Amino acid sequence: MRAKWYRRSLIVPLMALFVTVGCAGGSTQNAGSVKVIAEWASTEQANFLSVLKPFEDSTGIKVQYESTRDLSAVLRTRVAAGNPPDLAAAPNPQLLTQFAQQGKVIALDDKIDMSQLKQNYSQSWIDLGTINGKLYQVYSWVSLKGLIWYNVKAFQAKSYTVPKTFDDMVTLQSQIKGTGTTPWCVALKSGGADDGWPGSDWLKEIVLSQSGPDVYDKWVAGTQKWSSPEIKAAFTTWGKVLGPGDDSNVFGGSKGITNTSFKTGGNPLFTNPPKCYLHNQASFITTFFQEANPNLQPVTDFNFFPLPDITASYAGAHVVSGDAWSMFHDSPQTRKLLNYLTTANAQVIWVKKGGKISPNKQTPLDSYPDPISKESAQILVDTKIGKYDATDLMPADMRSAAWKACLDFVTNQGKLDSILATLDQVQATAYKSS
Amino acid sequence: MDFGVLLTDLPTLVVVILGVPALIGAYIVGSEFLVRRLSDKRRPQVRPWFWVGPALFLVAAYLLLPAIGTVFQSFENNNGNFIGLGNYESQFANFPTGGAWVAIRNNVFFWLIFYTLFTLAFGLILAVLFDRVLYENIVKSLIFMPMAISSVALGVIWNFMYQYQSPGESQLGTMNALVTFVLHHDPVSWLQDQWPTPTFNILNNLALIGAATWGITGFALVILSAALKGIPADLLEAARVDGAGELTIFRRVIFPLMMPTIVVVGTTLVIFALKAFDVVYVMTAGNYGTDVLAYRMYNQLYTAGNSGGASAVAIILLIAVVPVLIFNLRQFRAVEARR
Repeated sequence: MRAKWYRRSLIVPLMALFVTVGCAGGSTQNAGSVKVIAEWASTEQANFLSVLKPFEDSTGIKVQYESTRDLSAVLRTRVAAGNPPDLAAAPNPQLLTQFAQQGKVIALDDKIDMSQLKQNYSQSWIDLGTINGKLYQVYSWVSLKGLIWYNVKAFQAKSYTVPKTFDDMVTLQSQIKGTGTTPWCVALKSGGADDGWPGSDWLKEIVLSQSGPDVYDKWVAGTQKWSSPEIKAAFTTWGKVLGPGDDSNVFGGSKGITNTSFKTGGNPLFTNPPKCYLHNQASFITTFFQEANPNLQPVTDFNFFPLPDITASYAGAHVVSGDAWSMFHDSPQTRKLLNYLTTANAQVIWVKKGGKISPNKQTPLDSYPDPISKESAQILVDTKIGKYDATDLMPADMRSAAWKACLDFVTNQGKLDSILATLDQVQATAYKSS
Repeated sequence: MDFGVLLTDLPTLVVVILGVPALIGAYIVGSEFLVRRLSDKRRPQVRPWFWVGPALFLVAAYLLLPAIGTVFQSFENNNGNFIGLGNYESQFANFPTGGAWVAIRNNVFFWLIFYTLFTLAFGLILAVLFDRVLYENIVKSLIFMPMAISSVALGVIWNFMYQYQSPGESQLGTMNALVTFVLHHDPVSWLQDQWPTPTFNILNNLALIGAATWGITGFALVILSAALKGIPADLLEAARVDGAGELTIFRRVIFPLMMPTIVVVGTTLVIFALKAFDVVYVMTAGNYGTDVLAYRMYNQLYTAGNSGGASAVAIILLIAVVPVLIFNLRQFRAVEARR
């Protein structure tokens, strides 16, 4: 009798097990999956998922996308725990470079279609992802930095003209200031840990345009001291834009700068009357303009000019940035996905939604949704001296110190020398540890 | 949710569902079997060790060993080479603004003193006052409610409270709306302004501490209120009969009787103050001189990828906490002994 009782009680869990196995049998016939991690959330996440849709439909491979705003912490933890995603897109190649040096990411040379890549990408993008002669990173979408945005109608109303040289711009800003309005909007607030980065954009553009690519490269590599005359000059030039000593050229002054998020930083351009006339931000900012004011139209309502050249011999120099893909886990599915993400067909899907530029030469200029993104894509193609975002290439310690320095500088420009001394100290140790 | 993923590794699934309960059952039955072999006298001595054994094992495996590992790591550089006190040197370099000094000052000075004092004072005052009203339970639950909010949400909420718009703009943050509307003062940049001096920036640290205090006052209130209820009514009655005023009763009867509880709550709060992380992470990210040790440790490890430096900060934090911890345990024991 007892044995029977045991046997009967076993039937139920066993049946449950068989039923679930049977059900699972139906769904495991898929073609595998790829785990992807990146920082894109909300609208950007939706855009990325729409890029993945045709890939998933045609191959049957499922892409499990995970979004995080704390990418370096999440990636470091997962890599250390031996549980990395298959692919990751990082806006700071330096983090991936560190992984590459530790052998945690996989060289792509024999994993993806290199002939296709070399045909479609300019050599500078490939060089950027190459470490010790091997390709570790590829780019799908990039953006152009150093664009000065302005309100077209407000400019016309006051008959201001787009400055051709840096001196013209300085004249324009004192002209605007003469009418009792602050010329600039500057916003350095971001997610907390990355507060200050929009200020570092100013610095990079000024260093490149004022002192040229050699100084820029040495600065990235950590051999150009922050207290050197060139880098110090970049700070003082930026100070000239902000208002020497007191940030008086900026709407809200230093408190306004540190308290305003980069997402809403450009919105005072469009108040009536405008609270500022100029705003420096990368090409993605149009998404935020139109999120705040859905009626705004590119070209008729807002437009941009590239930050005017400071030193004539370095004319046409631009800072670019992008999200770099790295592979942590090699599988046929991962290779397929990475190949797909480097094609114009994939990139054009997001390009059409706005806010991104494709580095792929096959992406037709017609696919940009508006004249503005088309023009920034044109500038990217025409760039004479293209340099990747300097702080994103620096060791993480150096990068966050640089961001902090921007906050300290706008809070108190008089402390520049001690700020530079602190940065020199960080520079002395940061490059050793990585 | 795709539950199919559970079936990709059937052996593991079977081990988890059947093996884990079986192992626990076998441990209980097996240890009891062993204990039964012993003489009647030895049994009560041995049995507790079997029961506390798994917990001891887990504490050792997940707390003690990693802590020892951290101590070793704090003497190593990133490549695992011994560098002596190098990590500590760089944390203690350039007094008073370099290394970990700002974080140390904020933790062991601003946070430890103000966070503990504010929370205790509010908790005690509210406990005594609420004790005298009929709707005590309702107001107590109201004050306790922020405890139910995750501290990240708390930081986000207070970020809105402290929001700053330029003078002349309409102020969206509650604090600045009050400051401009009631006090006719220019809006204050609560979290960024390093008032009164950048080397002694008490304002933005107090703004953070205020937010954290709001979240934890309910905890102090509930415990202190329970201690208050434990004071015998006839004692207070006797004091009143003897002609003592309410303030005197509070000072001479209630306060001394509650002292052991106040000390326990206070030392717990001191530990909370030293562990402060989330509010700082969400609200200022340690900028503008508001860094704390726990956040510095996080930054050293994840942002800078400097495991040695992070370990050194962790050990500094540990050394700061240990005396409080010992005191707290002793106090607990004293309270228990008095019962």
